[in-house]
Amino acid sequence: MKGQANKCLSNNHMENERKLTIARSMAEATAQEMRRDDNVFVMGEDIGKLGGVYGNTRGLIEEFGSTRIRDTPISETAFIGAAVGAAQDGMRPIVELMFVDFFGVCFDAIYNLMAKNIYFSGGKFQVPMVLMTSGGGGYSDGGQHSQVLYGTFAHLPGMKVVCPSNAYDAKGLMTTAIRDNNPVVYMYHKSLQGMGWLGTEQGATVHTPEEEYSIPFGEAKIVKEGSDVTIVGVGLGVHNGLKAAKLLEEKGVNAEVVDLRTLVPLDRDTVFNSVKKTGHLIVVDEDYKSFGLTGEIIATIAERDISALKASPQRVAYPDIPIPFSRPMERYALPNPEKIVNAYAKMKEQ
Amino acid sequence: MLPTSEKKKWMYENMLVSRFFEEAMETIYMEGKTPVFNMAEGPIPGEMHLSTGQEPCAVGVCAHLKPSDIVTATHRPHHQAIAKGVNLKMMAAEIFGKKTGLSGGRGGHMHIFDADVNFACSGIIAQGLGPAVGAALSKQMKGDDSVAVAFLGEGAVNQGAFHEALNLAAVWKLPVIFVIEDNSWGISVSKAESTAVKHNAVRAQAYNMPGRFIADNDPIALYDIAGIAIEDARAGKGPTLIEVETYRLAGHFMGDAEGYRPDGEIDRLKSKDPIIRMKNLLIDENVISEDENLQITLKAQKLVDEAIEFARESDYPEPEEALDKVFV
Repeated sequence: MKGQANKCLSNNHMENERKLTIARSMAEATAQEMRRDDNVFVMGEDIGKLGGVYGNTRGLIEEFGSTRIRDTPISETAFIGAAVGAAQDGMRPIVELMFVDFFGVCFDAIYNLMAKNIYFSGGKFQVPMVLMTSGGGGYSDGGQHSQVLYGTFAHLPGMKVVCPSNAYDAKGLMTTAIRDNNPVVYMYHKSLQGMGWLGTEQGATVHTPEEEYSIPFGEAKIVKEGSDVTIVGVGLGVHNGLKAAKLLEEKGVNAEVVDLRTLVPLDRDTVFNSVKKTGHLIVVDEDYKSFGLTGEIIATIAERDISALKASPQRVAYPDIPIPFSRPMERYALPNPEKIVNAYAKMKEQ
Repeated sequence: MLPTSEKKKWMYENMLVSRFFEEAMETIYMEGKTPVFNMAEGPIPGEMHLSTGQEPCAVGVCAHLKPSDIVTATHRPHHQAIAKGVNLKMMAAEIFGKKTGLSGGRGGHMHIFDADVNFACSGIIAQGLGPAVGAALSKQMKGDDSVAVAFLGEGAVNQGAFHEALNLAAVWKLPVIFVIEDNSWGISVSKAESTAVKHNAVRAQAYNMPGRFIADNDPIALYDIAGIAIEDARAGKGPTLIEVETYRLAGHFMGDAEGYRPDGEIDRLKSKDPIIRMKNLLIDENVISEDENLQITLKAQKLVDEAIEFARESDYPEPEEALDKVFV
């Protein structure tokens, strides 16, 4: 299953182009896997008749019925814990935590059960489940409905962590997630989902083949090649990175943009090789700045060969504050392309 | 414990303020969101959960409360806040994200906090129960006769926090009242599909506390039962669970197409609009005249208009204020 695809993401217009939103590509991958494998089923709040608050299970209940597409009570501890039990018994549950912010009510089932039972059993139990969850702010939904929390999940061992930036990757990564015999946290960003009511980053809606394909975990993608600075991001951060690269290009700076695609496993080699080439590193993250992804990427370079860096690396991340509701305050706190450009300028001043 | 005429009048007035507030929210929320509905746009961005139709739940309980009593509320908090006496202007400003808001714009519609009247709410289901238990514990330890009230939706009873909080409150005989506003929908999932019992009031038995059921969104019946529960709590007799059958006349949030509702449900519910029923009751009982009703209505509308005007005219916070108030 590895390496079948991953050749296809192209911004050029092509014949028979089939643009899908991330929401639709997630639903398509899920439907295809459900046709292949009767053990795949979906549980979560409003994922049945409503088709998911973010559209990523739309159409599934009509095809597969309410036995395999199960609306649940608001009981995350119960149904995520149940997914662990079902997965250990040979099923392949996909469960949805509607907002990643809600992990607080059910984290025990996630990090103490889902993430540890394989290890506790000496590898004799498999936990082939996918935990889908939405993240991201920018639409004034306040501090309990706007976080991404990538670092929280990636920090704790035993969970693979996937963060697609576009529909092509979203489909291939979902297929891989469902087929994986380990727990996978599939973190999608609301602004990339293609739901108009949340505003949508157009760059996420890309050509997505109808046929099944998978994208291996742990392979970052260079979404724009460049020679002067490496911008590393994930999810919406990739789009901010691409926009910053355009702004930098106007200043004669050729930026390379790396989409990590998965945080666990993390493709440190691609990041390192890019930084070795450019000598400059900016890491973009919508998660809180301290103790997170940005620090991890910089540490990766520093540990391997600090001489790869010609200037101090910079990070553009969320300040260490709860997310404010009010629009001007939230905009101030969020990463954006201009902040990345400013980070580059700061790096060059040193 | 039936309400006096004065109490009935207060309940009606408060319900009107609440309703007019939600009507204003409904209209203003859509500003900047047509023809393309994008939650990020307009003077009130983000999610908006209206309490239209659920006003009786708030007034029937809060009519008994004093400022030192504590209320923890939900993601649908406006009616509860208004009944508890939260500053209406500052609440409106908070919902607009303005500097003059209760929290300077940091909280927003799902995070209404007013220390002056001991009101707080949360955007996460069943999250207010623990804090209500803790507030009740604090009152008990201080020897204060104040009580705590946790409002929750019927969907919240399927969270672990509900069961843990009820047990703890009962074991320690705490002065806390749990009020379930049963509007029978958890977003698109009906209570029948999510809940093993027909009436959540029966769950009180499992925690050795009284469980009361109020049918048909009736503020007077709720006032009666809540009064007994609160009196018991103040007297050290422990917690009570109250389940109120109520009606959500709006969607889960603004923008909800409500395709999951059975045909005719919304019309049937609207025909039982609690504002109209309360008005008719007060007229029938000669508590108010038609003329007084007009005065009360105008007064309530004026309060809301002034609050909205205050919110609109207030400034936004400086962006850098985002960095303040993480610690005190």
